[in-house]
Amino acid sequence: MVVPLTHVIGLSAILFAIGTIGALTRRNLVVILMSIELMLNAVNLSFVAFARAWGGVEGHVFVLMVITVAAAEVAVGLGIVISLFRNRDSVDVEDVSLLRW
Amino acid sequence: MSFAAFLFYAFAALALLSSLGMVLNVKNTVAGAMWLVVTMISLAVLYVLLDAYLVAVLQIMVYAGAILVLFLFVVMLLNLRSDAFAAPRSRATKFVGALVGVGALASFLSLLPGALPRVVEVPASFGSYRDVGLTLYRSYVVAFEVASFLLLAAVVGAVVLAKRRLD
Amino acid sequence: MPIDVVLKTLFIVLVVVAAFAPVITWVERKQSAVMQDRIGANRADIGGITILGLLHPLADVLKLITKEDFVPEGANRFLHALAPVIAAIPAIIGFAVIPYGATYQFPGYAPFTLVAADIDWGVLYIFAIGSIATYGSVLAGWASNNNWAMLGSLRASAQMISYEVTMGLSIVGVFMVFQTLKLTTMAEAQDTTFRIFGFLETFGMVRHLPGWLSWVKLPFWGVFVQPLGFIMFLSCIMAENKRPPFDTPEGESEIIAGYHMEYSGMRFGLFYMSEFIEVVVIGGLMTAIFLGGWSIPYFSKDAILGALTPVAGSVLATVLCMVAHVATFLLKVVIMIWLQMQIRWTLPRFRYDQVMDLCWKIILPLSLANIFVTGAVILLVQGAGK
Repeated sequence: MVVPLTHVIGLSAILFAIGTIGALTRRNLVVILMSIELMLNAVNLSFVAFARAWGGVEGHVFVLMVITVAAAEVAVGLGIVISLFRNRDSVDVEDVSLLRW
Repeated sequence: MSFAAFLFYAFAALALLSSLGMVLNVKNTVAGAMWLVVTMISLAVLYVLLDAYLVAVLQIMVYAGAILVLFLFVVMLLNLRSDAFAAPRSRATKFVGALVGVGALASFLSLLPGALPRVVEVPASFGSYRDVGLTLYRSYVVAFEVASFLLLAAVVGAVVLAKRRLD
Repeated sequence: MPIDVVLKTLFIVLVVVAAFAPVITWVERKQSAVMQDRIGANRADIGGITILGLLHPLADVLKLITKEDFVPEGANRFLHALAPVIAAIPAIIGFAVIPYGATYQFPGYAPFTLVAADIDWGVLYIFAIGSIATYGSVLAGWASNNNWAMLGSLRASAQMISYEVTMGLSIVGVFMVFQTLKLTTMAEAQDTTFRIFGFLETFGMVRHLPGWLSWVKLPFWGVFVQPLGFIMFLSCIMAENKRPPFDTPEGESEIIAGYHMEYSGMRFGLFYMSEFIEVVVIGGLMTAIFLGGWSIPYFSKDAILGALTPVAGSVLATVLCMVAHVATFLLKVVIMIWLQMQIRWTLPRFRYDQVMDLCWKIILPLSLANIFVTGAVILLVQGAGK
């Protein structure tokens, strides 16, 4: 491998942490969805690195599954965002917090 | 440092900076989506450097080329311009939260060097479309079929959710 | 950077970008004029000499460079400047994987292939950068702060993503026949001929094909083994390029100029140029996949080299063969460009719902049926060959 495996997994961990911070602190629903995509990508990087480390392409097969699930989730999630916007004219999560404590 | 390692670190830095740019951007949602595109493309370069050729090109084709265009489409359709961070919490909460987060990340990173396997040599055809395709369609064909059902459910769900009611 | 990669890239940039793209603007004017029984633009002159209107591309470039370069009020300046660049770059780098010559070897040197980047998954590379080109149109409309531009870019993004799907599916049949994604291998595989009536012998209907039927051969080109794939891929890639009849994003009579309405000067020049460079890239790609690439029909590379080497010596024979192949490739690209121009000036623009219908309701099922039939035929031929 071109760089030590530690560095790649460390990068994946930091990207995942950035995605988590974005998903937890932003108010715009679309940005929260984008942060979730970032988390999925960090996990993909981990899978690809370990596939290279162990020499098996099952890691790549799982990355394809993750990309598929991400596509499905984005489609349905953005559908929810659009219908939410139609009803309340805002995509701020503070406006849809009726069920929060 | 070899040229490939230099490229890896350069694009890793680009991925980190652009993901920070996406998360920290409050003024312009479209700019945030474009930062995410830069992240995806730099991740695709990292995949190529890790010998995952098919995954890299599918990342660009599907993720950067279709999923993020869908994000941009929705942002433009709803005309979302600016945004804000979450409601301000007390300084103690913020401090404790930051401490927990940094602590979790630091403990994970400290566990890393000892817990990882040794890297093996791979043949030249590793990660090519032939390799991945044969594995996918021979050993994991059930997962492939289930994924197609998942996509069907997502298509139906998206159409039902976003359709205008005829009333 | 090795010297041969630099030379090949220079050839692509000089021939494709600098020579073909401006000439195509002239071809569009003259070909449409001939089709519509008029003369076309022929007045640009230098000192009174007009060369059939070939100076008009030069006049166009001068006009675009000297126009006022403005950004509309309220627009996002950075994205407004970035969008034409994102539209232009994928068009130019698309030519990197298209082979314009075969593998040649001069005695004493290593064999070299006339392609800038011999990637193992060459066709997927073209699809990937085609996906990136979507952002140029999408950002251009949004960054202009204009309702009509926004409508144009929404149409463009939906059209381009839809046709990417069918572009990939309609070419799977070609992958099944040629067993590769590498464009150089595809071009080499098309260098042979096949007997049209050979299926009679393969399926055992006749014991041995009589000589006079054996003589009827076709080159093993993609357009002959995958005719439906050729038509579908050509439609999809013309829709991807937003060429008429698929140019609803730049409506011209509906939404003024669509996503590039608020662009003038060299920013518009980049959009304009990228559309014509992509016409050349489409020509090159269709040639490499469906029309046999650099191969001369009925004269394979080994036959030519075998015939010329005793006469002219090894070095001169290789040079002549190389020149012949590159000339054949350029001729086929010219034919594909002519075909695209003919389609552009013949068909009226599709309505937007017709464009979407064509993609999802007609081309997608047909491409899946094409995959099925191609697979069945390949299995039958392989089974009968045993």
